Amino acid sequence: MAKILAVGEVANGVPKKATREITSVGKALGGVDTIVFGTNTASGAAEVAKHGADTVYTAEIADYNGEAYARAVAKLVKEKGYDTVLIPHSWTGRDVSARVATLLDSAVISDAVELSMDGDKIKIRKPVYSGKAFVNLKSKCAIQVVTVRPNSQPIKENAGAGKVETVAVDTTTSKAKQVSFTAQKSNRVSLTEADIVVSGGRGIKGPENFPLIEGLADILGAGVGATRAVVDAGWCDHTLQVGQTGQTVSPTLYIAVGISGAIQHMAGMGSSKYIVAINKDADAPIFKVSTYGIVDDLFAVVPPLQEELKGLLGK
Amino acid sequence: MNILVLIKQVPDTEAKINVAGGKVSEAGIKWIISPYDEIALEEAIRIKEKSGGTVTAICVGDDSVQQSIRTAYAMGADNGIHIKHDSYQMLDAFGIAEAIAKAIEGQDYQVILAGRQGSDSDNGQVPLILATLKDWGVVSFAKKVEIAGDKAIVTAEAEGGEAVYESSLPVVITANAGLNEPRYPSLKGIMASKKKPIESKNLNDLGVTPNARVEVLGFEPPPPRPPGRIIDGADAAAKAKELARSLREEIKVI
Repeated sequence: MAKILAVGEVANGVPKKATREITSVGKALGGVDTIVFGTNTASGAAEVAKHGADTVYTAEIADYNGEAYARAVAKLVKEKGYDTVLIPHSWTGRDVSARVATLLDSAVISDAVELSMDGDKIKIRKPVYSGKAFVNLKSKCAIQVVTVRPNSQPIKENAGAGKVETVAVDTTTSKAKQVSFTAQKSNRVSLTEADIVVSGGRGIKGPENFPLIEGLADILGAGVGATRAVVDAGWCDHTLQVGQTGQTVSPTLYIAVGISGAIQHMAGMGSSKYIVAINKDADAPIFKVSTYGIVDDLFAVVPPLQEELKGLLGK
Repeated sequence: MNILVLIKQVPDTEAKINVAGGKVSEAGIKWIISPYDEIALEEAIRIKEKSGGTVTAICVGDDSVQQSIRTAYAMGADNGIHIKHDSYQMLDAFGIAEAIAKAIEGQDYQVILAGRQGSDSDNGQVPLILATLKDWGVVSFAKKVEIAGDKAIVTAEAEGGEAVYESSLPVVITANAGLNEPRYPSLKGIMASKKKPIESKNLNDLGVTPNARVEVLGFEPPPPRPPGRIIDGADAAAKAKELARSLREEIKVI
């Protein structure tokens, strides 16, 4: 049976959503220990254990440092004899995973949206070519490193033993170091963690109408996204871009407002569980992938939709 | 300052991908430089234009990838290295990084730029593996790059915000969208690019055996999405009402 180490993050005592997911994944695959990097990690350890970690390794570090994270993970894997490392395919995970694999003379299988055990190896499935094909992969290495797409796997409560050990993180030899950090201004849930995402496309016509998208998102407690056209036009911040040169999201519900559904956009949201499209062009490709479609003027649909949702949600 | 840019040749995003018998057919595909790598290339050329030096583009693949190296020349790259490898092994990140590491042995690059991921396999591993093999600093997802003396100061996308990193040189930097807007090659650049030599190295001569680390079990077309429903109604408000009801009662997501 695989001996699995999951890698996560705790910010000020609170585990990131992806950390809960990756620990749940490890537990579902047969059992897991989790290393968490961040601040006030000791007080987040019990929360991580709830999702299945038998041992939680706490690695206290204030500023993100990819080299130091990777060294700490690789050292732990070697010392404790793990043969499988699971890492969220988050900004941090993408920066750390290939370094971990290289230090362990291994390879990464990245961005899994489905995983299963095949003997002592994990078999994964992931979209490639902007979602136009899927590939199934399996590691040939003694130690397998797998990254998992955030939001693609359920969070489960299935408590592990929750033993806590501290792990040292050493940044003294790191060649790149963080000198400052600016948190995103918005209080909204981050795009990649959001269960519901509301995105606006060119159909919203101008920046003055972007609050329509934000308003709908806020009623639903959703993340806010946009297409490249909207970002390039400067109607919203480019960090909101969903698609090939933006973020990849995998929410339960994706609401596309005034979005035609170019392949570059679909590449970033095609793995959403349910898709709603509101667009006045009945021929827009987005309708081909939609669970529900409304063919109508978004400016006539969104305001009453907001009122209906407020009523249903008691807001 | 000598700058190396890692470029990958990928199918045009608009290209139709045909999957049959567990394999992807490459017939009829138009090939381009991966969009993020194009941003990396543009950044390298801007650094050169500001501070002098050279830009070298390196690409792994069959003879067809020389067209991407020529595109890099047309944009403003000075040198091109083609690591010849006849089958398009999109998933062999370690083999590619190892080949690049071997091919540039003894050469002096201070800044290595690459896209944050290839737009075909979306792995984003080669720059990080290369940096780790070489024990160089690396900053991922750059939105702003400044080279100041013997340091790189890089503003980058990070978990929950934006971070500024400082790295010693040599440094590997991966380009995020928003770093710059890549230029179109000039006609003069395109004409000149045709005559420039490309240094070609054989993968076997570099002592690299690719694709040994990951087993490709097969490709599949994407599964069809369950059929959707266009919501009917007397007017927009009626449709909105029915949508809200469906979200709550049918798929129970709100």
